Amino acid sequence: MSRTIVIDPVTRLEGHAKITLKTNGAGGVEEAYFHVTQVRGFEKFCEGRPFYEMPSLMARICGICPVSHLIASAKACEAILAVEIPPAAAKLRQLLNLAQMIQSHALSFFYLSSPDLLLGMDADKADRHIFGVVKAMPEVGRAGVQLRRFGQRIIEILAGKRIHPGWVVPGGVTEPLTVAKRDEILAMVPESCASILLALDAYKLVTDKFQEEAAVFANFPSMFLGLMPPDGGLEFTDGTLRLIDATGNIVLDGMEASSFDEEFGEAVEPFTFMKFPYYRKMGYPDGCYRVGPLARLNLVDYTGTPRADVELREFKALAEGPVLGSFYYHYARLIEIVHGIETIERILAEPDILDAHVRATAGVNRLEGSGVAEAPRGTLMHHYKVDENGQMLWANLVIATGQNNMAMNRGILQAAQHYVDGNRLTDGMLNRVEAVIRTFDPCLSCSTHAFGEMPMVVELVDPDGKHLDERRRDA
Amino acid sequence: MSASVDVKTLVIDGVDVSARQDQTVLDVARENNIFIPTLCHLEGLSEVGACRLCLVEIKGSPKLFPACVLKVEEGMEVITHSERLLHYRQTILELLFAERNHVCAVCVANGNCELQTIAQSQRLTHVRLPYRNPKLPVDLSHERFAADHNRCILCTRCVRVCAEIEGAHVWDVMGRGIDSMVITDLNDPWGSSSCTRCGKCVQVCPTGALFDKSKVGVSHPKSPEFLPYLNLMREEQ
Ligand code: FES
Repeated sequence: MSRTIVIDPVTRLEGHAKITLKTNGAGGVEEAYFHVTQVRGFEKFCEGRPFYEMPSLMARICGICPVSHLIASAKACEAILAVEIPPAAAKLRQLLNLAQMIQSHALSFFYLSSPDLLLGMDADKADRHIFGVVKAMPEVGRAGVQLRRFGQRIIEILAGKRIHPGWVVPGGVTEPLTVAKRDEILAMVPESCASILLALDAYKLVTDKFQEEAAVFANFPSMFLGLMPPDGGLEFTDGTLRLIDATGNIVLDGMEASSFDEEFGEAVEPFTFMKFPYYRKMGYPDGCYRVGPLARLNLVDYTGTPRADVELREFKALAEGPVLGSFYYHYARLIEIVHGIETIERILAEPDILDAHVRATAGVNRLEGSGVAEAPRGTLMHHYKVDENGQMLWANLVIATGQNNMAMNRGILQAAQHYVDGNRLTDGMLNRVEAVIRTFDPCLSCSTHAFGEMPMVVELVDPDGKHLDERRRDA
Repeated sequence: MSASVDVKTLVIDGVDVSARQDQTVLDVARENNIFIPTLCHLEGLSEVGACRLCLVEIKGSPKLFPACVLKVEEGMEVITHSERLLHYRQTILELLFAERNHVCAVCVANGNCELQTIAQSQRLTHVRLPYRNPKLPVDLSHERFAADHNRCILCTRCVRVCAEIEGAHVWDVMGRGIDSMVITDLNDPWGSSSCTRCGKCVQVCPTGALFDKSKVGVSHPKSPEFLPYLNLMREEQ
């Protein structure tokens, strides 16, 4: 008999979700759906507000990556002002964005995924959480907490508070950096380097055990999109977009935020509130691409910092051409943390970082503007239209997690077909299906610009849609 | 003090105080460091007694009186804080919050807002009334300033400062009851009104309703303290 398996709620994600698996008579999985069950409507309620309010308003979408929204939004506003921000402001924003990337990646790796990786996919679910990791490997647990604190503290030092900071405004930032603040950040760098190297060692010790998972966790050809600075290297804040195909050939290069909507469309499916962005030239669903740490590392030839470049070479050795297995998002995340710490140290050493000129001012000079930045989870795009007074008429946000939506749906089907036996459900099977989603570190509150906590469900239904079985977990 | 000034003695919260006969209970309370919450009152402007947050109890009367317009009387016994007054003040604040769209988290005045501060001082934790969520305009037509009617509590400080201090009388109130709105000129956009661009209205606005555009994203404290000084200087001239 065929069944539908529902995993609801999916745990250790940022947001609410459920997974439905449809099985055939033999118990094999035929279809898989990742449903995001929340909706918010930010694009609607910003209408009528002053555009310069957008950075702080849009940042409220997410408590984990508010900085990315601040930056993408401020850049969209600067396109409306038609100004270039002072160099010191650009560097300070880079620092802030890197700090957020570090804390968010630390959250994803240590708090959400390390229980699967370090304790095992089949570990007792009563222990399969961050406290279980802290108990089993206290130094790794401590490293995770320390890295998260490092990132959050930098955000607090620079922008006043850890969550939903201000500071980033259209035209730059509101206050320059002081010597005392710079030195406080620099003093935290050595411990953070030690923490991330420890995490890399722990990851490398266990990664061989996951060959089977790595082969079927959303491992397929797709395109990859990310930000590229003019001189190459890993970049999160400034630059233009590059899209490569599954063999590493450049499909699109030097793309400005303003042509995002021309090149990429958003499809809608009835089973989820999350949209499906695709590359228009290839159409939907063939124009599937991935964003985020895996995509960024696939795009670059070098990261630009010494320790991260050593790791990047190891990463590149995993495949000829782009690394296609989403399992390696985890490794990519750790490499980006290394790069982030090294870059923070480098930027802080630059003499003009203390420059007092950190804000450009102007009025409304264009009626439309777009901005992109790399959020921890991938490329983030804000696009606004305003009237001559600067009142918002329309907004569209394309969120990193949404751009991975197609890949996540394909990925759970791939993993479920490999692991799930519809006749005999085990916790380890379903946890692997959830773990595919976790490799992407999706932020569902961002992607639907939606609201809530983060539990998940897997449901088993027969071809007629009759409910057969389900596994439910709370956050 | 000259002999012609009549001095009254009264009791506020059990403390004996003396006052000139032309003073209000609010003036005397403030002189004696007794806190009474206010919103529409602002030193240097005429009183309108509109917000009713300054209500106090007077021994011997079942009614409540607004301290900002209540003149002192000999032997008066004033109570400024009681469960009953707290209940009334909280209810007034709840009505203000429910009436328009006050979203502190994304407001330019967050941390510098009198409405927010008073709500905290009155231990307001919830609004029990359903929010009206009206759709209200935001006027961004002025080069330097903006008016967000979502955050206006109709205290009319802007109207009074513009008429009484600046002498321009650009601001006024139109409509009645729940439909009342502050307007510039005859409901023209602020940017094309007869505004003198002095910015006094922005400084006296207790919330984020009137703000300086350049202050969005930056701390935007208002500084209405200039009013008494300005009045004093004018009297001396
Ligand atoms: S301050 Fe007295 S009524 Fe407003």
